[in-house]
Amino acid sequence: MALLDVQDLVIDIPTAGGVLHAVSEVSFTVERGETLAIVGESGSGKSLTSLAIMDLLPRVAQRRATRLNFDGADLLTIPARQMRKLRGSRMAMIFQEPMTSLNPAYTIGNQLTEALRCHDDVGAEAARARAIELLERVGIAGAERRLLQYPHQLSGGLRQRVMIAMALMCKPDLIIADEPTTALDVTIQAQILRLLAELKKELNMAMILITHDLGVVARVADKVAVMYAGAVVERGSARAVFKAPSHPYTRGLLNCIPVPGRTAPGAPLGAIRGQVPNLIGRLAGCAFRNRCDFAAPECAGEMHFETPTPGHDVRCVRLAAQKAVA
Amino acid sequence: MSDIVLELRDVSRRFEVSQGAFKGSATLTAVAQVSLQVKRGEVFALVGESGSGKSTLAKMLLGLLPPSSGEILIDGTPIAASDRIAVARRIQPIFQDPYSSLNPRKSIAQLVGLPLVVHNVGDAASRRAKVVEMLDLVGLPRRLLDAYPGQLSGGQRQRVAIARALVMRPEVVICDEPTSALDVSVQAQILNLLLELKRELGLTYFFISHNLAVVEHLADRVAVMYLGRIVEERTRAGLFAQPGHPYTRALLESVLTPDPDLGVPDTHIGSAMANPMAEHAGCPFQPRCPTALNICKTTPPPVSALPDGWATCHLLQQEAVA
Repeated sequence: MALLDVQDLVIDIPTAGGVLHAVSEVSFTVERGETLAIVGESGSGKSLTSLAIMDLLPRVAQRRATRLNFDGADLLTIPARQMRKLRGSRMAMIFQEPMTSLNPAYTIGNQLTEALRCHDDVGAEAARARAIELLERVGIAGAERRLLQYPHQLSGGLRQRVMIAMALMCKPDLIIADEPTTALDVTIQAQILRLLAELKKELNMAMILITHDLGVVARVADKVAVMYAGAVVERGSARAVFKAPSHPYTRGLLNCIPVPGRTAPGAPLGAIRGQVPNLIGRLAGCAFRNRCDFAAPECAGEMHFETPTPGHDVRCVRLAAQKAVA
Repeated sequence: MSDIVLELRDVSRRFEVSQGAFKGSATLTAVAQVSLQVKRGEVFALVGESGSGKSTLAKMLLGLLPPSSGEILIDGTPIAASDRIAVARRIQPIFQDPYSSLNPRKSIAQLVGLPLVVHNVGDAASRRAKVVEMLDLVGLPRRLLDAYPGQLSGGQRQRVAIARALVMRPEVVICDEPTSALDVSVQAQILNLLLELKRELGLTYFFISHNLAVVEHLADRVAVMYLGRIVEERTRAGLFAQPGHPYTRALLESVLTPDPDLGVPDTHIGSAMANPMAEHAGCPFQPRCPTALNICKTTPPPVSALPDGWATCHLLQQEAVA
């Protein structure tokens, strides 16, 4: 059984102009030891999806699903008290901005040990020992000294390492990393990604990596879900999705990025024409159809997943037509 | 007109930084002895990580911050000698974040037309016509003339910023991370637009970025900055084919191409951020350098000439001797 099983997740946000369908019928599973990358542009619903799993959505947002299971527990019906116990201990989150998600008024040591002492019955000494162990594990030298420092005394890379250590304090089964390296320099990004991959393997954790960076996804993920306008449009192994991108949006995204050695310098980059549709009001059909070269009248109808190869699903009813053109 | 449109001669910028209530202040050297020449019509890229001094350099180029020492010349005339309005006519910025660089209370027509007002060009009607022409040029629909930035998407806002920068037809455009706040699909549109405009208007770009893939795509020449110093300056092709400085090499290795067969590379450089306050006896990159020698701790690296540029590294010097 998968560690996390999400079926038909829907997030609706009532607004003055009508209901905003932020996430519609998103389904995926994550196994222990596996990294799922959710990739999409801003507004695609990737961050809301992760917040929905952690039950951290803003109060106005309405969450529905046919299934939302975490290691046998039904997250849709679980009492709030028990959800609080899971959150932070068995499922942990790493946010994008380490400067805004660390409390500037508390020391690193204070913040690191807080979660552990809340969730597990451990003494201050044991918690401190664990904090030192983890800071060393994430490659921070002089861990004992660091415990007494405040966030502003650390560089961006160090802060992000502290965030990772904090997420690992209670030995979680699932870690959700929302753009964990976007705010970092490129050389530090590579180090943090290597560290995450190493720790995931060592602790046999499942990881959901939320990012807009296709390079990061290709290098780190086992499985990929590409989101567009609140829906998963393509999902499968990283290999399948990158070697044979089959949704026109996935292909469009890949054509947009300059790749040294592959795209000719100075030549026009691929572009996706048009703009993301408004998600307020009734939605029907494929949300990408007004930007798609393969759009046909049937794209306004009911959408379903096609499976070009086992384990590779594409939410497109024009797969055959795409092939004929290509 | 000379071939060199923008020149920096030994430009440094130091800041006095307070160390706390009872300590004296210390000197932070944000930019150290930078000399560069940007040719007319080229895309000159400046690459570096946060804290390397890129943005301080950009501010000095725009005349917003005077250098502590050294000279900046546009077309052979020192910036310091001309007034700000005259500088602004020849050199214009495009900033990273179109959400904070556009005044939310001004309409698009006002934003794009402001430089015309500042420089006293034409009357209201001719300014409006000029603004319309600019919107057409950057691919914005005319109906947005009286819209406000809040009604625009990120890509549209960046187009407004580009229109505003170009309305006075400057010679040099300083692009400070112009696409890093944008989504990938929008980034592609803006990069395409920048290249198109450059060809059409014969612009010179000074392009500041930390994204090596973007730099490889549009730069003619590249300078790599580390802790306020230029450590390597090369042609695009040369730099990407055979980086000379170990820091450049680490930067290039860190570029993650979307290739599922490859993992995350090990760049072999430490994460210890070098302290910009410390005085470096030797090479500033030495604490992180995987190939550092003893001499790197004690002696600043000399400039080694390469066929298409130069780099400052003791190893290159030793190779040349051997």
